[in-house]
Amino acid sequence: MSTANAAAGVHVQSRAARLKRYTPAQLAIALLIAAFLLAFLIIPVANVVYIAFAEPDGGFTLSHFQSFFHLSLMRESFWNSLLVAGSSVVFATLIAVPLAYFTVRFQFRGALLIQTLGVLPLIMPPFVGAVAMQLIFGRSGSLNLLLKDAFDISLPIMDGLNGVIFVEALHYFPFILMNLVVALSNIDSAMEESAQNLGASGFRLFRRIVFPLAMPGYVAGASLVFVKVFDDLGTPLVLNVTNMLAPQAYLRITSVGIEDPIGYVISVLMIVFSLIALWASALALKGRDYATLQRGGSSLARRSLKPWQALLAYGWIALVLLLVLTPHIGILLLSFANVWSFSVLPDAYTMQHYATVFEDSPRMIWNTVFYCGIAALIDVLLGTAIAYLILRTRLPLRHSLDFMASAALAIPGVVLAIGYLRTFRGIEIPYSGELLTSSWLILVIAYAVRRLPYALRSCMAALQQLHVSLEEAAQNLGANQRRTITRIVVPLMGGGILAGFVASFMTAAVELSATIMLTTSQSYAPMSYGIYLYMQSAAGRGAGAALGVLAVAIVALGTYLSHKLLRSRAADLDRLV
Amino acid sequence: MKSTLFARHFAVAAAGIALTCGTVHAQVLAIVTSFPKDLTEVYKKAFETRNPGVKVEILNKGTSAGVAYVREAPANNKPDIFWASAPDAFEVLSKDKLLQKYDGRNASVPARIGSYPINDPQGYYYGQALAGYGLMWNTRYLKANKVPEPREWADLVKPVYFGHVAVSSPSRSGTTHLTVETILQGEGWDKGWSQMLQIAGNSAAITERSFGVPDGVNNGQYGIGLVIDFFGLSAKASGFPVEFVYPSVTSIVPANIGLIANAKNAELGKKFIAFTLSQEGQELLLDPKISRLPVLPGVYAKAPKDYPNPFGGKIKARVNFDSDLSEARYYVVSSMFDQMITFRHKDLVAATKAIHDASAKLAGKNNPQAQKLLAEARELAFAPIVGEGKAKDKEFLALFRDTKRDSERTKKITGLEEYWNSLARKNYAQAVELASRAASMAR
Repeated sequence: MSTANAAAGVHVQSRAARLKRYTPAQLAIALLIAAFLLAFLIIPVANVVYIAFAEPDGGFTLSHFQSFFHLSLMRESFWNSLLVAGSSVVFATLIAVPLAYFTVRFQFRGALLIQTLGVLPLIMPPFVGAVAMQLIFGRSGSLNLLLKDAFDISLPIMDGLNGVIFVEALHYFPFILMNLVVALSNIDSAMEESAQNLGASGFRLFRRIVFPLAMPGYVAGASLVFVKVFDDLGTPLVLNVTNMLAPQAYLRITSVGIEDPIGYVISVLMIVFSLIALWASALALKGRDYATLQRGGSSLARRSLKPWQALLAYGWIALVLLLVLTPHIGILLLSFANVWSFSVLPDAYTMQHYATVFEDSPRMIWNTVFYCGIAALIDVLLGTAIAYLILRTRLPLRHSLDFMASAALAIPGVVLAIGYLRTFRGIEIPYSGELLTSSWLILVIAYAVRRLPYALRSCMAALQQLHVSLEEAAQNLGANQRRTITRIVVPLMGGGILAGFVASFMTAAVELSATIMLTTSQSYAPMSYGIYLYMQSAAGRGAGAALGVLAVAIVALGTYLSHKLLRSRAADLDRLV
Repeated sequence: MKSTLFARHFAVAAAGIALTCGTVHAQVLAIVTSFPKDLTEVYKKAFETRNPGVKVEILNKGTSAGVAYVREAPANNKPDIFWASAPDAFEVLSKDKLLQKYDGRNASVPARIGSYPINDPQGYYYGQALAGYGLMWNTRYLKANKVPEPREWADLVKPVYFGHVAVSSPSRSGTTHLTVETILQGEGWDKGWSQMLQIAGNSAAITERSFGVPDGVNNGQYGIGLVIDFFGLSAKASGFPVEFVYPSVTSIVPANIGLIANAKNAELGKKFIAFTLSQEGQELLLDPKISRLPVLPGVYAKAPKDYPNPFGGKIKARVNFDSDLSEARYYVVSSMFDQMITFRHKDLVAATKAIHDASAKLAGKNNPQAQKLLAEARELAFAPIVGEGKAKDKEFLALFRDTKRDSERTKKITGLEEYWNSLARKNYAQAVELASRAASMAR
């Protein structure tokens, strides 16, 4: 095909697009998506906001907010939440930055292994990590028992807010690590080399050149950590810290009842702060140009470390990885432990807990796979559709879909759950007579809505990288629009869609904030709730840990399989080309 | 190719939905309970094998969350059974007409334990197991920290226990509420609160869940915990290095089971209740993982040696628990505990430490002025912020009992809570100052 022809084709296409900006089918899909988001995100959240400002008879009032700020406990919770989220970002940075910098910018053996191990914390529910960390770093944990024996000192690592910060930082630092690894690998090494030619080296080079260039990745990761920590409910609960916002909202709603307005005020504040964090991260990057001319690994020259530097770097990384993996080691030990009480290691080992789990709760394992699978499927379907509508059509107001879906990122799980309980109170699922709020469906919906932003981002990215000329070629060859989408667009977006599926699935499988409030019955409970439940009795501790190990194994296996699938698909595509 | 993949996904999803909907049509018995999985799983299995085609659905909630859940479930879709420890929760439920009255007694169950009726005299709910409150401790922890074994609540106020105790909060745990009420009723309002404040001041943590206490004692984080008996007994039976005693200021009260009004499956619910009260159902309580005290005296013949028997007179329960009194001041006690102790724990611990330090320095010295300061510090730190008179005031109690919260009431209650909270903080800070002044006088 000649260039002239192709140009003419594009011209015809765009004129056609001008005449008719969208097809009825596209409009219908857009309306369906909007209806879904309205029903399960906007209205429940709006309801929560409304209650926070409403008198029982319907009038507007600020008095609930006055009551809230009048309570010194609430003010304290508010500051504690900010403090914990902020400090967690600082500690997560201290862990993530060296890992990312050393493994990306230097010749480093085992870089991939380190980066993979670095993601492991994400696939364990943070509150499970907290239980394990108590046993290792707690008052009478292994570390303190050893220290007490040797030096007669003990470190209050797990006491109160310290413990929450420690657990959260260890759990969420991979968000910074992953974003930073990508950002660092995209830096043009010419920048670094110019700086070196001009005499910069060592820490100065990192501080003045490398880190500023990687700033977008860092800020994206850091703001995500802030939001996640701000929102987390399970960890403070397990560590008996109640004077923070998320636990207070939970305690208020579950013990005073769904009528208590203070719970709604807390919810509104949590939304506002999540929004501020995300907005600030966008603002920090605005008006700066981070684009570098050359991208990608090819231009990247990894520098080598001097022997003493290497020793330091490896030592530090080994230490960090050991720390990062302690929750996993702890939970593994606990799942095999007979009795583990006031001793460095368990007294004896057994397989009994795994037997208990397989006998009692195979249903929970299946539930997790099933719920998170459906939720992730909904997410990639919605994500692909939204991405297509935004990038390939000129539907009016199409960007509001993206905005609505992404807004879910700023809605804490507790708040969404409260919104659901309030909005759908007494509503039955047609034909089953079952209440929506006490069925498993509500969990699936909550997971789908909360994880949609992840799937959407990867679908958007996948479609952006796909040049429109491929679709035009298909259409020139006679394919209609549906065929073009199903045969060309979706298969070529495959990698991105799969990545979105995995991200949604993984994070939904370990979520507890909404789960704990929305789960009503044990037979519909997913694993994360099951672990929480098991941990409520002396004999159940080992079984809970065993279930935790299984959860980690399932998520890890899923991630590995999808990566493998992704790679073989990529190979297929290469053969095609 | 992609479309077949999607088709397969949908098939899986559809099959899953069909499967889950299929179970809805079996006869389902919904039980709201605060009991751990170890207990509910045993009963669920036993009942399902005896009644093929029946599915037992366990809704696991904390006691107060469970009450809220029953209250807020729509009238045409109520769960069937409420099963929990705290008698006051049942009082609340039956007062709000959320329980169904019927005669389902097992005639072999005695009418009373001590002076406490085992079954609700009005017939709304039935005692299903007995529970006493006491102290459990980790033997390894106490040995390593050279702390003596306690026998009575009053032991725990001693300086030697500073930092070694753990309690939960009554607003979070129905059983802790009972423990606190037992102490308040056994010792009287002012003395009881003073003891409670001193114990809390010696505590390493106020745990969020009632199980947080035995869990922490089991794994050795805390030395001693205030717990309901089966937490201690079942941990011991599971092999943990722990011991449990009933102090003399304890009460034996029934853990109850009741049919919820407008239950979807009332007949099945009655059948389940009858099963839990039968010889067979009572024997399940002796399972080492459960370790609860049956209400049927005959069952103790099958119990292992050393199993506590409340009918034999071995447990001396000095307190005759008054559940009307407990129910009337339920929210006040919970709220006071939270404002004075749970949320101000750090300050209370600081005050307690300063007082212990000062009294250690003053020990054996004759310094009336310093002793006076120390007594003032104690008074500030360990006296309840609401006196006994006010705690009997009906209007005051009514303010807390109504769960409907308009902005006026919310303002009133939050105002009161704020007042308590900041008063407690001020008192503790002042106590620290007085105690250190007293200590500095000791020469």
